[in-house]
Amino acid sequence: MVEDRPLLNLLAHLVLIVGVAVVAMPLWIAFVASTHGPNDFMSGVVPILPGPHLVENYSRMFSTGVSTSGMPPVGRMLLNSAIMALSISIGKIAISILSAFAIVYFRFPLRMLAFWVIFATLMLPVEVRIVPTYKVVADLGLLNTYAGLSIPLIASATATFLFRQLFLTMPDELTEAARIDGAGPMKFFRDILLPLSRTNIAALFVIMFIYGWNQYLWPLLVTTSSDKYTIVAGIKRMADVADAQPQWHLVMATAILAVLPPLLVVVLMQRLFVKGLVETEK
Amino acid sequence: MARITLNGVGKVYPGGTRAVGGVDLDVADGEFVVLVGPSGCGKSTLLRMIAGLETITEGTVSIGDRVVNDIEPAGRDIAMVFQNYALYPHMSVRQNLAYGLKNRRTPAAEIARRVDEAARMLELAPYLDRKPRQLSGGQRQRVAMGRAIVREPAAFLFDEPLSNLDAKLRGVMRWEIKTLQRRLATTAIYVTHDQVEAMTLGDRLVVLNGGRVEQIGTPLEVYRRPASVFVAGFIGSTPMNLVRSDVLPGLARPGTTVGIRPEDLVPSPDGALSMQVSGIEELGVSRLVHGVIGGERVSVVVPPDFQPSEPLRLSVRPGAMHLFDAATGLRREGS
Repeated sequence: MVEDRPLLNLLAHLVLIVGVAVVAMPLWIAFVASTHGPNDFMSGVVPILPGPHLVENYSRMFSTGVSTSGMPPVGRMLLNSAIMALSISIGKIAISILSAFAIVYFRFPLRMLAFWVIFATLMLPVEVRIVPTYKVVADLGLLNTYAGLSIPLIASATATFLFRQLFLTMPDELTEAARIDGAGPMKFFRDILLPLSRTNIAALFVIMFIYGWNQYLWPLLVTTSSDKYTIVAGIKRMADVADAQPQWHLVMATAILAVLPPLLVVVLMQRLFVKGLVETEK
Repeated sequence: MARITLNGVGKVYPGGTRAVGGVDLDVADGEFVVLVGPSGCGKSTLLRMIAGLETITEGTVSIGDRVVNDIEPAGRDIAMVFQNYALYPHMSVRQNLAYGLKNRRTPAAEIARRVDEAARMLELAPYLDRKPRQLSGGQRQRVAMGRAIVREPAAFLFDEPLSNLDAKLRGVMRWEIKTLQRRLATTAIYVTHDQVEAMTLGDRLVVLNGGRVEQIGTPLEVYRRPASVFVAGFIGSTPMNLVRSDVLPGLARPGTTVGIRPEDLVPSPDGALSMQVSGIEELGVSRLVHGVIGGERVSVVVPPDFQPSEPLRLSVRPGAMHLFDAATGLRREGS
């Protein structure tokens, strides 16, 4: 239905503009805050335009960090977050695509039970099993390590389920043609299944990268030494100072920096998304 | 190139359902055999057992001199063309053709030679670098055939390869498959539910019904001397009329079903049969008149401009009656 009614158009745009403003305003405030001096935010009047301290604030975060609260420079935390998010997303994809492959294409005893057990873990997010998981990680001596940060978050029922559904839509004839063409199971997986799952892998990567990047509670628990702090958990530590005013201008600068990498991933992967959507045909 | 022998081949699924039972078949080297039957008759299952995609629960399948019951599809030296083509969507036509050879560690130069040759034979050369989705249905069909040809296998197995094409293209591709198979002289087994395809393609037909072989014979044998009521009703572009024998004057043989092809009933003013006409189907080249004789539904082929009278008097072409045992459905000799 194509309608051209100016009043309706105006209304629609107004609603959209309000929506955008609601979403964008906090980001703008954060950015503005990160460009002001230490005291501008303590007065209770929030400035609406950027201040003169942009370069100063950001370069301070990159060089020394907020040493008073024991924070390392931002670069280190960004690196930690990146390592954690990448291990989680790549690990999740690798493990779940293989387990989905096993569940869909192989007949083994208790196959359906295995699937339902994986599926049941959907009901157990990190927060529910956080204490036992901490115990396990601690006993394994993985506190304050990258492995401890990422491994407990890698197993993923969601991704397994997604790949299972994808594999179920692959025509059986494709598998059979590959069998006749002399491709063994792993060859079939590598030559046919993997390339055909490419766009799904990309989509999952984006989702899982953001999931990993935004992890907050878990890194807060398992990292106690500042060289393993992730940026999201770091922001919390920075704002949480005892007997002093939080240095909001620096906290906000860090927050802005923390937003950028996921944004970059989304923007870069967007192209693969669209490409995948355009050429989807099985 | 090889002969294929089926010895008492059967398939019973774990639940106890029988899909195919006791099939004996001998396909000569270079022969084109068509398995034909209605859907669910077990023809695809039989083909898939020959291909190795289904396990064989009874009997043996031999390709060449080997019993292949326990050999993987890839080891059976066969190539299969699927109904939906089953092309690898992410590979170019060239890669699709080469994939099976690459997996068999064929030297690159040999792969290139065979792919080029198949592409020339199938007129696919301009499309070698395209992806399957950029091709039309007929071209995809050709790629699927090319994938079989490059392998130079002992036998081609076709699983309803033309069902997804429109009627016109189907005719063209049917002819291409036939000429190609003749030229390569490779043994071929072809599954279809379309009796026209079966008649035109096969050196021999295997008519299947309910997992059992009803008749094996050349297309003309099957058409002229159907071994059972089922074959009589299935083969022929307009189905054979099957009526009780007492409908026909002077032929009261109890327990007998009489089969007469619609083209073997001739309108004649002094014919012995009288048909109540109920409708006319226009076929262009002829007309198909539907009606009732003695309570049995019958159809008759008449010339295109023929206007049937009411009732329509008909006579049976001499020697065109097929007699079947009404109880067993089997052909009675002497008919």
